[in-house]
Amino acid sequence: MGELRVQRKQEARTAGERTKGGRQFVPAVEIYETPEAVVVRADLPGVPRENVKVSLEDGVLTIDAAMPDQPADGRRMLVQEFERGHYLRRFTISEAIDQGRISARMTNGVLTLELPKQAPAKPRCIEVQCG
Amino acid sequence: MTVVRFGDRPFYRNPWVEFERMQEEMERLARGLAGGLGLERPTVYPPVNISEDADHVYVEAEVPGLAPTDLEIALEGDTLTIKGERRPTESGGQVSYHRREVEYGRFSRAIDLPVRVDANGVTAKCTDGVLTVVLPKAASARPRQITVAG
Repeated sequence: MGELRVQRKQEARTAGERTKGGRQFVPAVEIYETPEAVVVRADLPGVPRENVKVSLEDGVLTIDAAMPDQPADGRRMLVQEFERGHYLRRFTISEAIDQGRISARMTNGVLTLELPKQAPAKPRCIEVQCG
Repeated sequence: MTVVRFGDRPFYRNPWVEFERMQEEMERLARGLAGGLGLERPTVYPPVNISEDADHVYVEAEVPGLAPTDLEIALEGDTLTIKGERRPTESGGQVSYHRREVEYGRFSRAIDLPVRVDANGVTAKCTDGVLTVVLPKAASARPRQITVAG
């Protein structure tokens, strides 16, 4: 495994204007699929668990994380290499997901979402009767 | 006869003051072009923000995915070193990736602190993927109030 490199934050492009202040970034993600589920991991450093909103609507998964406001503490910034900001990202999920069993957890600033796939619908056989 | 009174002109006037102002302005503009809102381009992982108040220096770094135990912080003189490793999470056997934007690996960064610090009072915490190191300034580096004897 090599050295970690710095990834610059990309600003999120959203349709429509926002009323909330502050900038909004695109979090880096990792998406993989197992036979049972689709797993999404997103880096959301600085966002506490209660500020992360995840929704799945019409196959569109939205991760919306709001960075809490930093209280004015009279500090003077000497070097600034990263910006605090909200995070937003949307995905279209093509698989049929069992909405009732979605699980989400935050560990060390990383959101892990498990979207269990729906059991494939059993083909229904319709018997044709002579009449 | 022109009478120049003492109060009319400032005691000392820097003849370069206007040039210095222009230079500062040019630097500010150049920074703006390079990375948005006066943001410096980090070259080494992790990106840090350094701030200060009268008594402390604060170093903050974004290190998502690292548990406090994955981090190693050392202070030697005025140099703060942050080391660590981000390990991939176990995903189990049959897995196919759709997107891989998250990187894993080791990092080590040495930061030269702007002031002398007191090594004994340094505290560090890591919450929600952000590391915060609070370093108290050494007594000699703190602003001291001097009372004027009457």
